[in-house]
Amino acid sequence: MAQLVKGETGDWEIVIGMEVHAQVIANSKLFSGASTQFGAEPNSQVSIVDAAMPGMLPVPNEFVVEQAVKTGLGLNSKINKTSVFARKNYFYADLPQGYQISQFEHPIVGEGTIEIDLPDGSTKEIGITRLHLEQDAGKSVHDQHPTKSFVDLNRSGCALMEIVSEPDIRDPEEAVAYLSKIRMILRYLETCDGNMDEGSMRADVNISVRRPGEGLGTRAEIKNVNSLKAVQQAIDFEVSRQIDIIEDGGEVVQETRLWDPAKNETRSMRSKEEAHDYRYFPDPDLLPLHVPQEQIDRIRDALPELPDQKKHRFMADFGLSLYDASVLIAERERANYFETAANGNDAKLTANWVINELLGALNKDEHKAISDSPVSAESIGELTALISDNTISGKIAKDVFAEMYKSGKAPGVIVEEKGLKQVTDTGAIEAIIDEVIAENQGQVEAYRGGKDKLFGFFVGQVMKKSQGKANPGAVNKLLKDKL
Amino acid sequence: MSDLTTLTITDALKGLESKDFSAVELTQAHIDAMATAKNLNAYITETPEIALEQAKASDARRAGGGAKLLDGIPLAIKDLFCTRGVQTTAASKILEGFVPTYESTVTSNLFEDGAVMLGKTNMDEFAMGSANTTSHFGNVINPWTREGDDTPLVPGGSSGGSAAAVAARIAMGATGTDTGGSIRQPASLTGIVGIKPTYGRCSRWGAVAFASSLDHPGSFGRTVEDAALILQSMSGHDPKDATSAKQDVPDFAAAASGYIKGMKIGIPDEYRIDGMPEEIEKLWQQGIEWIKEAGAEPVKISLPHTKYALPAYYIIAPAEASSNLSRYDGVRYGLRVEGESLDDMYALTRAEGFGDEVKRRIMIGTYVLSAGYYDAYYIKAQKVRRVILNDFVEAFKQCDAILTPTAPSSAFAIGENEDDPIKMYLNDVFTVTGNLAGLPGISIPGGVDAQGLPLGLQITGRVWDEETVIKIAANIERAANFTALPQTLAKAAA
Repeated sequence: MAQLVKGETGDWEIVIGMEVHAQVIANSKLFSGASTQFGAEPNSQVSIVDAAMPGMLPVPNEFVVEQAVKTGLGLNSKINKTSVFARKNYFYADLPQGYQISQFEHPIVGEGTIEIDLPDGSTKEIGITRLHLEQDAGKSVHDQHPTKSFVDLNRSGCALMEIVSEPDIRDPEEAVAYLSKIRMILRYLETCDGNMDEGSMRADVNISVRRPGEGLGTRAEIKNVNSLKAVQQAIDFEVSRQIDIIEDGGEVVQETRLWDPAKNETRSMRSKEEAHDYRYFPDPDLLPLHVPQEQIDRIRDALPELPDQKKHRFMADFGLSLYDASVLIAERERANYFETAANGNDAKLTANWVINELLGALNKDEHKAISDSPVSAESIGELTALISDNTISGKIAKDVFAEMYKSGKAPGVIVEEKGLKQVTDTGAIEAIIDEVIAENQGQVEAYRGGKDKLFGFFVGQVMKKSQGKANPGAVNKLLKDKL
Repeated sequence: MSDLTTLTITDALKGLESKDFSAVELTQAHIDAMATAKNLNAYITETPEIALEQAKASDARRAGGGAKLLDGIPLAIKDLFCTRGVQTTAASKILEGFVPTYESTVTSNLFEDGAVMLGKTNMDEFAMGSANTTSHFGNVINPWTREGDDTPLVPGGSSGGSAAAVAARIAMGATGTDTGGSIRQPASLTGIVGIKPTYGRCSRWGAVAFASSLDHPGSFGRTVEDAALILQSMSGHDPKDATSAKQDVPDFAAAASGYIKGMKIGIPDEYRIDGMPEEIEKLWQQGIEWIKEAGAEPVKISLPHTKYALPAYYIIAPAEASSNLSRYDGVRYGLRVEGESLDDMYALTRAEGFGDEVKRRIMIGTYVLSAGYYDAYYIKAQKVRRVILNDFVEAFKQCDAILTPTAPSSAFAIGENEDDPIKMYLNDVFTVTGNLAGLPGISIPGGVDAQGLPLGLQITGRVWDEETVIKIAANIERAANFTALPQTLAKAAA
């Protein structure tokens, strides 16, 4: 349930829509053959098309178009078989053409919906308005010289997908969940790496407030929101700013505001009056873009399993809880890891080990990714198998896991080397029990006299004597008999 | 040996093949002629060293038996085409001194076929103009003058330098671009042949853009066959231009010897405009007679929306230009005038770098694309464009090609029409429809007016049917037997 915000004069409802800019994974730019690799020397990845030399013309990158279609399908959205590239005209030093080639009236992807997962375990549908392709701008660098600015055109012309949501988001948690879900889908599809700190995914957040049940309020567009944390903080700040203005009798101005993570505030960039007139018109250098149905079908057939599909399958096929399934599908590699580990094993037990032990250990170990795990999925599988067939107990397994994480050795090897195999031989266990009974006559008397709670003491003593290797089930049963 | 500069390209190719002269001799003859015709101001940049080097290489190729389509033929290149290592200005101060590191597709194709480049020709700034009076590098003078009157006349525009060079025999042929008539109108005013092919036939890659959806690279020659030969070399699909078509290139030059018997030639009523000189109407009638004699049948057709073409053109072309010319901002290349701020630098650079006509069109274009005006102007003009295309589609159900005059007047004096941009824009009244519809068109000299100035006839054909256009033009060419020479050349010949 979306949170309402309490103001001085009553409750307020937040209305949020998001625009996500996602850099498309592709070797070359949207309209030129220049490389898109991150972190290269300034202006080393600039073709004469990107630099807008006289007479240069854009040619659409077919792979990027496929990536956009793939993303549209992954977002459960309508693919428009005809879309149109338009020019968005404005002057800036890092915009060589003097216009950005984008899609305006006719985007490549139309309406759809995605499901977001909220922290309380519930889900919610958020509408997708559109996805369109556009060129990224270059980068202006103002801090290298006292009076001059520098321009790096490496990013100029790289393909971006702008994904626009409906104003269906109602609180910061939903906004974070939405952005996380978009990122997860893009990563599953391998159409964007989702790295917000490298700028390959960026978000603009449109925020307004209203009394519950009333029409939409005036919105502010917040730019430069470049992490999940910033989404939460920027919304919190902006909501209270807007509520304060209205409750003080003022009016929210429609404007573009910039999120400043250092000062933890949004501030005005430009008002509606100062807004550019971009003079959009269809780019006459480019014909309308046609994506035939066969191509759409081919891309659809080759789609990987998406996070939500995987989540539902894990719950249905493996009997996992919603929580466990959600944790495991959060990353495609994590889900693959789990499936490899669970192969032929107790899936629920495997899920526990992956989530609680492995992810916990990786997290403590400099937040390592699962791809860098020193423990292979096969090894985790082997470990759960050893538990399932009573070769080792769960308790011993934790020690074995610690050793696996440290040395990378297979669990079977560790169990063998350290002699950790569980004792299931009833004769051996009975001998230990007899010893314990002989050494603790006082407690035996008390137990037999009705002090049931002492049973745990005997179990502990037996386990201790067996160095934890005695099978707990057998110990319980035999103890009961003997006592 | 006759004067090499008066030869047609086809004759020159025969002469080269039979070793009557070398490509170096042919090129040198043109370089010498260029030196005596400086007053025309036809070239912005002359490239005699490159020309002689290319000619030498051509002679070597021919000696080795590997001569190509245009091997050794000296041509003039409109300064809108980027040429690697040679200044390319679009006749604008903002690009003065700009030397591309790349070669336009069209010039690459020509050089691939052995053509020799004499230099880069003058033009209206960014191809905006119909008189070649907007160039930063000065006006081009038409080699033709009125009988008994030395008043310098315009060669038409925007490809005025190319047209003047071919007419004055200081190039055997030339490239041009035609956005609203910029090849056909100057061809008409200088008594030569100019072809604008179908949109998408010649790549625009490396040609400085004026109005992308209307810009058509094309060719000039003194005969239909020559112009066709050059066009053939320029044409072909280019993956670097998304609007370039995947169409095979027919043998255009061969079409020049074709017959037109049984063809139906459309004569549109709407091309009779108020105030058109009687001589032009007379020439048009003469043209109809010529095609009848060649066995074709004139048919009355209607292109009812012709009168809306010019207004629509003067919305669409400036709209595209206002955006295309945004890249000339002083940041990366060309002129920069330093300012207090980035915006200040833009304003100063563009104020200094662009001429009046270019500024006028940028302002018109910016206006018609602005919020609140876009629908009323740009969208409306695009609708008109579709209606005009439809006129042609209907007309071509009744005829194979259309015969009209090329321009509403013969060459006029420099300075005439300058006070009134609209009057200047009227020069394109018969040609813009072909650009809006993307149809192939040609202008061929049909005769001279009372003042001894050449007048052109225009053939417009179906998309991708340059061959029919060329055939009809060649038949009219044979019938018209246009032998008049610009006065200066006539005197020299006498």
